[in-house]
Amino acid sequence: MAKKVGIEAAIAIAEAAALADVDVVSAYPITPQTHIVEHLAHLVADGILNAEFITVESEHTALSAALGASLTGARTFTSTSAQGLALMNEIVYITSSMRAPVVMALANRALSAPINIWNDHSDVMSVRDTGWISIFANNAQEAYDLTFMAFKIGEHPDVLLPVMINFDGFILTHVIEPVVLFGKEDVEGFLPPYDHPYKLDPDRPVTMGPVGLPEIYTEVKKQQDVAIRSSRSVIDAVFKEFAERFGRKYSAVETYAIDDAEVVLVTQGSVTDAACFVVDEMRKRGKKWGVVEIRLWRPFPFDDVGSALTSGKIKCVVVLDRAISFGGPAGIVMSEVRSALYHVPNRPIVIGVTSGLGGRDIMFEDYVRMFELGEEALRTGKEPEMVTIIGVRE
Amino acid sequence: MSVTTYRENPVEQFLRTDRMPHIWCPGCGIGTSVNCFARAVLECGIPLDKLAIVSGIGCTGRVAGYLRLDSFHTTHGRAIPFATGLKLANPELSVVVYSGDGDLAAIGGNHLIHAARRNMDIKVICVNNFNYGMTGGQVAPTTHFGRLATTTPYGSPEIPFNLPHLVASCGAVFVARWTTYHVVQLQRSMVKALKKKGFAFIEVLAPCPTLYMRRNRLGSSVDMMKLFKEKSVVKHGIDTKEVAITNYEDPIIVGEFVDTERPTWLDNYNEIMKKRLGDKYVPWGVNNG
Repeated sequence: MAKKVGIEAAIAIAEAAALADVDVVSAYPITPQTHIVEHLAHLVADGILNAEFITVESEHTALSAALGASLTGARTFTSTSAQGLALMNEIVYITSSMRAPVVMALANRALSAPINIWNDHSDVMSVRDTGWISIFANNAQEAYDLTFMAFKIGEHPDVLLPVMINFDGFILTHVIEPVVLFGKEDVEGFLPPYDHPYKLDPDRPVTMGPVGLPEIYTEVKKQQDVAIRSSRSVIDAVFKEFAERFGRKYSAVETYAIDDAEVVLVTQGSVTDAACFVVDEMRKRGKKWGVVEIRLWRPFPFDDVGSALTSGKIKCVVVLDRAISFGGPAGIVMSEVRSALYHVPNRPIVIGVTSGLGGRDIMFEDYVRMFELGEEALRTGKEPEMVTIIGVRE
Repeated sequence: MSVTTYRENPVEQFLRTDRMPHIWCPGCGIGTSVNCFARAVLECGIPLDKLAIVSGIGCTGRVAGYLRLDSFHTTHGRAIPFATGLKLANPELSVVVYSGDGDLAAIGGNHLIHAARRNMDIKVICVNNFNYGMTGGQVAPTTHFGRLATTTPYGSPEIPFNLPHLVASCGAVFVARWTTYHVVQLQRSMVKALKKKGFAFIEVLAPCPTLYMRRNRLGSSVDMMKLFKEKSVVKHGIDTKEVAITNYEDPIIVGEFVDTERPTWLDNYNEIMKKRLGDKYVPWGVNNG
């Protein structure tokens, strides 16, 4: 029976992996992800979860072992943060290229240097183009639901891609929130057994991961791109089935109070709930502001973003980035949003802000400042090319 | 009225006191090892501008930040490659890697064996507290067989590394092990290591009272010090095959196990280049390397 309990988000994610009845867990400790794998270690040791728990010696090994396990047809889970993901990087790219549906919970944390264990999105942005399906959770319930759904999405025979569930380090990982946990019987039939059509099988020997000569490499990459773009219909179908069965609705792009909004803030992750709170408060003071969250980061929902941001009375879009593309478009998400609106006639003004780097709190007034920058741009009609870093000391 | 006069602690000049209080738990052994190291540096008389400290990630990794020396806090496991670059680019420097068992033997294990094999002229001090302390007490490649960690809640099924044997078999020219009880001996070995040319390795067994000992009901750090005192057997020069610590109950063999000579990586490199290029080749770092 489903029951609502107060639970740490990290533990909830481990419970979601256990609910999916994973066969192999392979992970290495790194703050702030560690509680996830510690809890899974306990579930395995207590006989609650029948899985192999591999205590590897590094993240590179963690994902390598997960990839190997996944290719034999085992349902596989791993989890990491920042430097751990950076060390995995070689295998991150290979996992998606090998079409292995490993599920990773990524506790978003800033990349070194300087060494920083706190939250921002520089880790997930560093693997933006590696071919993983990437989804953001805003709270513990979403982290639990999305981790569970990740297996169904990634393992779908039309998809066969790894899935990364992003949730903010400390801000989410270490907080206790009410979460509805399912019993096994509640989810009966939702997640079919994992059956990779091309798994390593002694009875049907195949060689995996050999050299791809110039004659074939391009075609492999094209297939990979087609696969992740086509995964969108499966993602939508899984969200729909989940909503029908369990009542909680998820979509690629989430909107809040945008019907009459002139200025909207585009967010990802736990800042979304905070931004919605700010909008509620400021609406009492007459401000017509709204929030649009890009939950599905890869495959990027160009059409959904385009239609959400051109709906109603939206005149200015402020995109909040939690990482920097140094020497590039600066705002990584902002750049994608501008691309999504490039062909749209009478598109809204798009400006970029960066905040909350390396765990710096984004305060109420910081959110207000972001919206006000949008209003300012509307007044002056100027669309600054570069992002504004909120609260930076210069 | 009596006048109290204070004498500065001789170790204080090596510490960034503005960074205190440090993050180590009461009863932790890392601070003891740092005290020994500072005294060893003092005894050697190495000019401080010729000494560099490199640490990885973890509780021991913080040493680089607390010592008032040129230091670098690298990423997890990469202290030895960083130190190798440092040493070869500026052979005049004495380069010390100061890190923990998790950093050096798990995620950085590959670098440890290759630096020993090459006889890279760096000194490695490995504080072994038998688990990953900083992340909350997970199983490490040094955890005693059957002991508890957060990732092995009913006991580790793995046989731990015999670290002195690992580096000795790869060709380290100086290998010692002491516990944080043996402060005098540890300091003496650190002096020898600092003066030694080639790859020197010292394992320092240390209590982790907050995580490893509490989880395994091993008492306090005082109990651990008593255990170190009672169980330790000094056997200089013993074959490192014999010094494995698999069980918590077995005697702990300590001492200086290896003290030998062989050409360093740079010696061999210079020789080969000299053979190829003759007088055109100017040997690198020969005065101090």
